[in-house]
Amino acid sequence: MIAKINQHKNQITWISGTLIIAAILSKLFHLSGLSNSFLIIATVIAIVPIAIKAWQAMIMRTFSIELLVFIAVIGAVFIQEYTESAVVTFLFLLGDYLEARTLEKTRSSLKELVDMAPQEAILLHADGSREEIDIDLVEEGNRLVVLPGGKIPVDGRIVKGHALINEAAITGESIPANKAENDRVYSGSILDNGYIEIIAEKVGEDTTFAKIIELVEEAQESKSSAERFLDRFANYYTPAVVILSLFVFAFTRDLHLAITFLVIACPGALVIGAPVSAVAGIGNGAKNGVLIKGGDIMEKFAKVDTLVFDKTGTLTKGKPTVTDFHNLTSMPTRKLLALIAKAETISEHHLGQTIVKEAEKNGIDLSRFQITESEAIKGNGITATVDGYSIVAGNRKLMNGKGIKINSGASIYAIEREKAGNTAIFIGINGELAAIISIADQIRDDAKAALADMRANGVKRIIMLTGDNRHTAEAVANELGIDEFHAELLPNEKVEYVKKLKDQGAIVAMAGDGINDAPAIATADIGLAMGEGGTDVSMETADVVLMADKLSQYAHAFALSKATIRNMRQNIFIALAVVVILLLGVLADQVHLAGGMFIHEGSVLVVILNAMRLIGFKTKIASEAGKTDGRQREKLVA
Amino acid sequence: MAKAVMQLETLTCPSCMKKIQGTLEKMDGVNRAKVLFNSSKAKVEFDESIVTKEDLKKIVEKLGYQVLNVKTA
Repeated sequence: MIAKINQHKNQITWISGTLIIAAILSKLFHLSGLSNSFLIIATVIAIVPIAIKAWQAMIMRTFSIELLVFIAVIGAVFIQEYTESAVVTFLFLLGDYLEARTLEKTRSSLKELVDMAPQEAILLHADGSREEIDIDLVEEGNRLVVLPGGKIPVDGRIVKGHALINEAAITGESIPANKAENDRVYSGSILDNGYIEIIAEKVGEDTTFAKIIELVEEAQESKSSAERFLDRFANYYTPAVVILSLFVFAFTRDLHLAITFLVIACPGALVIGAPVSAVAGIGNGAKNGVLIKGGDIMEKFAKVDTLVFDKTGTLTKGKPTVTDFHNLTSMPTRKLLALIAKAETISEHHLGQTIVKEAEKNGIDLSRFQITESEAIKGNGITATVDGYSIVAGNRKLMNGKGIKINSGASIYAIEREKAGNTAIFIGINGELAAIISIADQIRDDAKAALADMRANGVKRIIMLTGDNRHTAEAVANELGIDEFHAELLPNEKVEYVKKLKDQGAIVAMAGDGINDAPAIATADIGLAMGEGGTDVSMETADVVLMADKLSQYAHAFALSKATIRNMRQNIFIALAVVVILLLGVLADQVHLAGGMFIHEGSVLVVILNAMRLIGFKTKIASEAGKTDGRQREKLVA
Repeated sequence: MAKAVMQLETLTCPSCMKKIQGTLEKMDGVNRAKVLFNSSKAKVEFDESIVTKEDLKKIVEKLGYQVLNVKTA
C-alpha cells in the first residue's frame, strides 16, 4: 500500500495541482463553496505521502521536514485557510519531484561510468567455437575473444592478437593505446580496432573498473566537516523550530503566524546544499580520470600550500632507458652487459630492470648464466655472484662501502653524465670498477604547465624528494623551476622530511608512485598516487588517485577541489540567507505561507543548480591536454 | 557470512537512508548494513543460516522502497 502511494507520488502531485487550478477558476466565477471543496480534496490527497514519510521518520526517531509540513498543514486546515494548505502540500510535492530530477543530474557522472560496465563476454571454447555469456559467469582463467567495437569484459592478459584499445573508462585518457601479446587489458575499456584473445585474471568485483566505481561510490558518501556540522545542526534545528513556533503562538496568539513560521524555517536547502556540491565535484573528477576519495579530502586538498613530488615515475615518465655504456675493462661490452643484467634480474628497482631490458633488447639470453649469491641493498643497489664473477652494481655509497675505488677520470665522467640529466650506475667486478652505465628518464610533457597552473592556484612551495643522485635531481629541478630538492634519500628519510614540513605548519600534498613512496604518501595531509593500471596498494592508501598518470590531472584535481569547496560555501550562504530573510519577512508580516513555501522550494532548486555547474567544470590545463590527445589521435589514425 | 548489494530506486532524502539502514541493522542475522545515498545502494553483511537475501529484499520493500536487483558475493 505504502509502496503504491510512493510510486504514484508524481500522479498525486499533478492531481493536486489540477484541483488547485480548478479551485482558482471556480473562485473567479464566485463559486466559493465549490472552490473550497476542490482545495480540501487537493489537501487531503497531497498530504497522504507527506504523512507517510513523517510517520516513518518518527518511528526511526528522526525529526523530518515532512513532520513540520504535516503539522503546519493540519493547523492551516484547522483555521480554514484551505488555499494555503492546498498550495503548501502541492509545492512541497512538486519540490520533491524537481529535487529528485535535478539530483539525478548531479549524480550523472557516476551513472555514465556505471553504464560503461560490460554486460557480456564471448567465451572461446577449446574446440574454437564461440559462446556469448553473461559477464557474471566469466571465471578466472577463461579464454575470451574481444571483437572491434566490443568492451573488454574483465581484467586479463592478451594471449593472441593486437589492438588499439580506448581505456577512457579507467584512465580518463582518450588516446587509444596500442596493445599486443602479454599486455594487460582492463574491464570497461573499448577495443577500437583489431582482434584479441585474452585470459581472464580478475573478474566481477575484483576488476579495476569495479573497484573504481566502488571507490567513487564510497567517496560520494564520505562527508566533509561542513556536511557533518550541518547534519548535526539539522538534528537540533528541526525540533527547535517546532518549539520556537510554539513560542511564537504563545506570544502572539496568532496561529496563522505560528504555522507560517513553522514552514518557512524548514532547513531544506541547508541540508542538501553541501552534499550536492561534493557529489557533483567528485563525479567531475571521476570522469576526468581523478579519484578523489570524499568531500573531506576535497576540503583538505583545497587548503594545500606545499607540494612534494617524488622524481622518478612522478615528475618523469618512469620509463628510463640506457643512454650510454662506459666499459672500463678489456672484456667485450656484450659479455659485460650480460653479466650485469643477470645480476640485476634480482632487483625490483626500475633502474635495475632497465639494464635487464637493455640486455634483452640486444638479444642476450640471460638463462645461459648462473646466479649463485645475491642481495638487494635498499636504496643503494645490489650485489650478486654470476658465473663466478662477484658483481656490485649501484651508487657511489655502495662502491665506497664495498671498497671499490672510483678514480678521478671515472668520477669526472660520471658527474658530466649526471649533469646532463642521467643517473650513473657504477659497476664493480671482483673489487674493481668495471663500467659506468648512464640511464636517463624523460620529464613528463605536461609537468611544467601543471606545476605553473597549481602555483597560480595558490601553491607556495614545490619540493622534490628523490632517491636519485644530486646532479640528476638538480637537472630536473632546474628544468621544472622547483623551489627545493633533496636527493639521495631513502624511503624513510622522505617520510621524515614530510613530517618536518607538517611540523612547520605546511599543508602538504605528496605525490609518488610505487610501493616505496607509500609511507610518505600516507604521512602527508593529502597523498596522491599515480595509478596507471591501478595497483591495488596505491589506489587504497592514497587520498587522490591519478588514473592516467598525468600531472595535468593533478592540476585539474587541485583546481576542482577549490571550486567544489567554493561552491559548497556559496550553497550554505544561499540557504542561510533565504531562511533568515524569510523569517524576518514572516515576523514583519510581509511573507505568507504559500509564497514563503514557494521561495523555500526555489532555494532548494537554486543550490542544486549551482552544484550542477561543477559537473561541467573545466580547467584550461586539462582541456589543453585533451587537445594534444586529439592531435595524437589524428596521427595514430593517419 | 555473506554480502549482498541491493540496488534500490533512486533515493532522494537522506532520512530515507537512515530509515533503511536502521531497519536492516535491527534484523536478526544482519551484521552490518550500509546505505549509499548517492548511488542508491544498500550493502549488507548477513548470516545466511539466519536470513536469506529474499528476507532482506522484503523488509526494504515493506518500508516502501523498490528493490531493483540483489547481488550476492
